[in-house]
Amino acid sequence: MSVTDPPGSPDAPEPPDRRSPWRTIGQALRPRGSRSQLLAGLLCALLGFAVVVQVRQNQVEGLSRLPQSELVRILDQANQRTDDLEREAAALEATRQELLSGSGQQAAALEAATAAAETQGILSGRLPAQGPGIELVISDPRGDITPIALFNVLEELRNAGAEAIQLDDVRIVASSYFTGAPGAVVVDGVPVEAPYRWTVIGDPDTMGPALEIPGGALAQIRNYGGSGTPQSRLQVEVTATRAVPEPRFATPLPADEG
Amino acid sequence: MIAVLGLVVGVIGGIVLQPTVPLSVQPYLPIAVVAALDALFGGLRALLDGIFDDRVFVVSFLSNAVVAALIVFLGDQLGVGTQLSTAVVVVLGIRIFSNAAAIRRHLFKA
Repeated sequence: MSVTDPPGSPDAPEPPDRRSPWRTIGQALRPRGSRSQLLAGLLCALLGFAVVVQVRQNQVEGLSRLPQSELVRILDQANQRTDDLEREAAALEATRQELLSGSGQQAAALEAATAAAETQGILSGRLPAQGPGIELVISDPRGDITPIALFNVLEELRNAGAEAIQLDDVRIVASSYFTGAPGAVVVDGVPVEAPYRWTVIGDPDTMGPALEIPGGALAQIRNYGGSGTPQSRLQVEVTATRAVPEPRFATPLPADEG
Repeated sequence: MIAVLGLVVGVIGGIVLQPTVPLSVQPYLPIAVVAALDALFGGLRALLDGIFDDRVFVVSFLSNAVVAALIVFLGDQLGVGTQLSTAVVVVLGIRIFSNAAAIRRHLFKA
């Protein structure tokens, strides 16, 4: 059924052969209360309504009108995109963790190295130190105290756990040596004179009795006519320092083999 | 004039009412609209040919829309709804074009 079919009704208008087509349209548009005009108006209203509704529908629900295959494709794409983004997020998160723990490890290593450097500095005589300890002044009125006797005092202090030792203005370290003659003692190449003033950081309750052991270091000093009594101090300061030479021959054993 | 007025009234009604198309009708409304457009152009052409008949216009308008929707419905049931609606749109599009060409020849003699 088509409108181009020949009209079947007998009341069809005569073909307006000689009239201009514009006039035909104008006549048709002229409002008349005829049945055909009312019906055409009604149908046109229906059409306009449907067109607007469909356009709105199309704008509102873009996805709902797509065929199933298209929807599956879009869903697939979205899933793939999600997977990609999740992978990327996981990789970035891992990198972030790595960086965080890396900087944390670095900070911890730096802290440990700093602490170790302080400890080594105190033990090796590179840094001044303070803390509880004893002061011991050994007088030598006869000038008979030998370097060996002073060295025995040092050994006794080391045995008792002394951590930092100063004799007069000389910081005593692991390589310290006593030479010279009685009354003219030389420590590490520096002459020291009586009274010999020891400043020692360590446990006073251990070092004091250790020096006073019968037949020990102080007893030996007294045999040479010297005198001295360790004085416990809550706070003593070892201010003399010593430059630590770089080892010329020794190098650290690699950690994994040690 | 009444037809143009009706068109305007319908558009305004659609904008104002903002109806939601029922889900069961959604696939068929666009095809029906295209079929109705075809009928509208056909009617205009018949008017210019001098063979316009309101009864034919009304019947062809309604039957075009219904048949187009029916074809799509049948295609949906057969699993070829997308292809059939494409076919219907193509056929109706061709008819709209040829009708528009005939109208143009009438109006502009070209």
